[in-house]
Amino acid sequence: MSDYEAVIGLETHIQLNTNSKIFCGCKADSWADPPNTNICPVCTGLPGVLPVLNRSVVEKAVLLASAMRADSIQSRSYFARKNYFYPDLPKGYQISQYNEPLALGGFMDVPLPEGDQRRVTITKLHMEEDAGKTVLEAGRRLIDFNRCGVPLVEMVTGPDLRSADEAAQYLIRLRQLLRWLGISDADMERGHLRCDANVSIRIQGSDVLNPKTETKNVNSIENVRDAIQAEIKRQIREVKAGRTIEAWTLDWDEDSGTLRKMRVKETEADYRYFREPDLLPIELDETWRGEILSALPELPLERRARIAKQYDIPIYDAEILTEERSLADYFEKAVDVYDGEPKTVSNWLMNDVLRIIRSKGIKAGGLQLQPHHLVEIIRMVDEKKITTNTAKSVLDQVEETGNPPIEIVERENLAQVSDEGALRQVIVDVIAGNPDQVKTYRAGKESVIGWFVGQVMRETKGKANPQLVQELLGEMLTGD
Amino acid sequence: MTEHLCDLPAHEQVRRIKGGEISAVELLKSTLERVDAVEGRQARTESYTPNPTDLEKVHAFITVTRERAQAQAESIDQKIAAGEDPGPLAGVPLAVKDIFCVKDTPSTAGSKILENFISPYSATPVKHLEEAGAVVVGKVNLDEFTFGSSNESSAFLPPVGNPWDPTYVPGGSSGGSTAAVAAGEAAISLGTDTAGSIRQPAAFCGVVGMKPTYGRVSRYGLIAFASSLDCPGPVARNVTDTALMMNAIAGPDPRDATAANAPVPDYCKGLTEGVKGLRIGLSPDYFKLKYPDPETGELIEQPISPEIESAVLAAAQTFAEMGAEIIEEVPMPNTHHGIPVYFVISRVEAASNLHRYDGVKYGYRFPDEEENLRELYKKTRGRGFGIQPKLRILMGMYVSAEQYEKGHYERALRVRTLIRDDFERAFDPGGSYKLDCLLTATTPTTAFKLGAVYGDSVLMQYADLLTVPANHAGVPGLSIPAGFGENGLPIGIQFLGPDFSEATLLRAGRSYEMATEGEAWRALQPKVIGAL
Repeated sequence: MSDYEAVIGLETHIQLNTNSKIFCGCKADSWADPPNTNICPVCTGLPGVLPVLNRSVVEKAVLLASAMRADSIQSRSYFARKNYFYPDLPKGYQISQYNEPLALGGFMDVPLPEGDQRRVTITKLHMEEDAGKTVLEAGRRLIDFNRCGVPLVEMVTGPDLRSADEAAQYLIRLRQLLRWLGISDADMERGHLRCDANVSIRIQGSDVLNPKTETKNVNSIENVRDAIQAEIKRQIREVKAGRTIEAWTLDWDEDSGTLRKMRVKETEADYRYFREPDLLPIELDETWRGEILSALPELPLERRARIAKQYDIPIYDAEILTEERSLADYFEKAVDVYDGEPKTVSNWLMNDVLRIIRSKGIKAGGLQLQPHHLVEIIRMVDEKKITTNTAKSVLDQVEETGNPPIEIVERENLAQVSDEGALRQVIVDVIAGNPDQVKTYRAGKESVIGWFVGQVMRETKGKANPQLVQELLGEMLTGD
Repeated sequence: MTEHLCDLPAHEQVRRIKGGEISAVELLKSTLERVDAVEGRQARTESYTPNPTDLEKVHAFITVTRERAQAQAESIDQKIAAGEDPGPLAGVPLAVKDIFCVKDTPSTAGSKILENFISPYSATPVKHLEEAGAVVVGKVNLDEFTFGSSNESSAFLPPVGNPWDPTYVPGGSSGGSTAAVAAGEAAISLGTDTAGSIRQPAAFCGVVGMKPTYGRVSRYGLIAFASSLDCPGPVARNVTDTALMMNAIAGPDPRDATAANAPVPDYCKGLTEGVKGLRIGLSPDYFKLKYPDPETGELIEQPISPEIESAVLAAAQTFAEMGAEIIEEVPMPNTHHGIPVYFVISRVEAASNLHRYDGVKYGYRFPDEEENLRELYKKTRGRGFGIQPKLRILMGMYVSAEQYEKGHYERALRVRTLIRDDFERAFDPGGSYKLDCLLTATTPTTAFKLGAVYGDSVLMQYADLLTVPANHAGVPGLSIPAGFGENGLPIGIQFLGPDFSEATLLRAGRSYEMATEGEAWRALQPKVIGAL
């Protein structure tokens, strides 16, 4: 692009998908619920109330820290109070971890499209509660406390990313990982995954860190990419024009695709952090740690590599099959009971099963069509019991009814017709009924044979063995 | 002297109610008549001009919950009529310090900023007391947000008067509780103790007060002052009633992560078993006050009042005669750090705990500033808070600011562990002293005159010098009456024991009561009752 390179760090807030909030029993996810319906004395900070920690928040955060290869997951960590005034912060402080967080360090190796990978380090990973939401409406300030106390993990990367695309790749991989671990729905549009981008530029190859800007309010991966792209361009333009970059906070306006200056970043506010006296230290003893980590699955990038190697399928296939954990499980279960080439299973999955999954908006784990059903169907194709076309319709029917494929094939009489005598009879009728086309064929336009195949398939409701039909047609059309 | 039901000990009230001798409604009636007779004019937050009759009355209550109490008393009587168990505190009139949330009652914390706050829920210990059959007569006054030792800082005035002489303070911050119980306006009260706020006013008003082990009683619903020090606890006229209350309020709470899961004994069991073989310690560090001169900062040492010292020594003698072992010269060298450390820790926590009173959600809001957020905050808090919360916020903000936090707050936390170490050494079963408890004075002096110390926030604080170490250490403490001073005001003595030793402290207290049962001072009545 130029003599400059971008230096990017991402600060993410991940909403954990627990049933209840972090410090009370209210429902955690309020998407589409009316304002102030999932609230109680605790999360609205009434006088006298106390927080009680939801253990599944810790469990999910430990899974994430472990998957991010934290240097250390602390056996004892603490919550602290971050004190500040804001109307949607009902206690006047946010309960967050501060200098004694759950985990230290960590990284993710993000594969880049060109085949390299980028190691993105993690400088901060801690648990905290969300604040409420302020809406300005007709000059009035309205507050929705539903979001107060929703569990978050704040995770901050080092300044390791070098382009807008890399930042997007990191977020894609993070989203995949969060869903893979089952700890967050990671839907950016719904605020489950929020991202602020710190961007600065420097001369290619230099190792200085220049003043950075922070871009907030970006709520899709595409927008993160676009916003960073725009900010890099702006900074290069500024520097080339001899101006300096100031530490602004920027707001991304997705409608106009432009950045707006929110405020000049003041000196760091003093939040007067101190340990939260209403909560005990989080004691992660070996037993609990063991219980949590026993649920830690093989991670997506490792599984991608293993699947490609073990089943000798292209990395392209492995990538698609590991997009989502239950799809990878599905593939391996199917391969396990299939005697043929794993690549065949992969093809069926990528082409036909994924079509069903996408059109229904479900995960592979939610299919009625079980891996052994798929294998049964593939086997029938292999054995030429049914045609590929029939197979596709059987897939749909199994998914719809949950009935075993063989039953559907038998009941609906879908077995492939390979009976030469029967097929000859059909072909005789077709030839007899279409003298004009026969003439055309015999006049040398042999491509008409495709039309005849179609007719025969129609007559046999798609069950005819297409190779055999082709063969017989060739013979019978040429003859007299 | 005619007997008034409201003056009976709680356990006697329960016995008569359960036995059908009296009804809960009758007992409530007697109690409310006493309230009407001794209270004086209703305390309010409007500007206060004292008048002479104020100095003859108790002014313990912020809110008297007559209808709620009537309904509760009637339901107790119905249970008895139906042959159901009405609970171990059936019908006992209870005054709740107005720092606890009680469902559907104003829960003010003695502050203008919460004057109009009606709680939608009840604090856990209040719920437990009501489940045990206690009848909430009302919410009693306190220092604003419990910030004080005299009750004079409440936004609700006239201030509470000491029933033994209403020209004197009742102590604080649970002064409304101890005054109400001393004056027969309730048989028991639920108070809170952050630095001595139950024990000091109990001593001043001649009643029994216990600060349980930190975590023994749930803090859920207690409007927080200093979260790591606050302890709800009982106020009663005798040790047996205190034990009855402990039975109701002690125990774990799923709503309080800091509430202890340790098993709860029956505190009434073994109360009268005596003190034979009990190892009771006396510490020279509890017979003197060591504090920095407010002007020069120089450490001053001065003995506690001689009449109080003799009361402690006489009690020790009594215990020795009952077969206890008295161990003298137990060093508690970090006692004098209690107040400075408290100054730092409690203010940091208080400043943060007071953040939520911002005029946004509930309580007082400065009426004309809804447009400008900063002004809304400033004026709401500026006018809603009294001087004590403001002082504590300033101090708390200062010592927790980034540049001072290490030198003050973190240091205070380290000194706090030294204070804890003093107690661990004294109580260590394998150590040199092996104490079951320490016996000390509760306060350095008897109650002071209204207005005498108020305004001198440093000097006021030293009224808590003998009580605050237990809060830092988390250990339990019990104050019981032990006679009267020359001015006719009560003297209190204090027992301090290891974690969860409440039963031992209560047994020691009960033994002292039994040993001194026949003494003349036991028959004395508070002036406000004598005047009726």
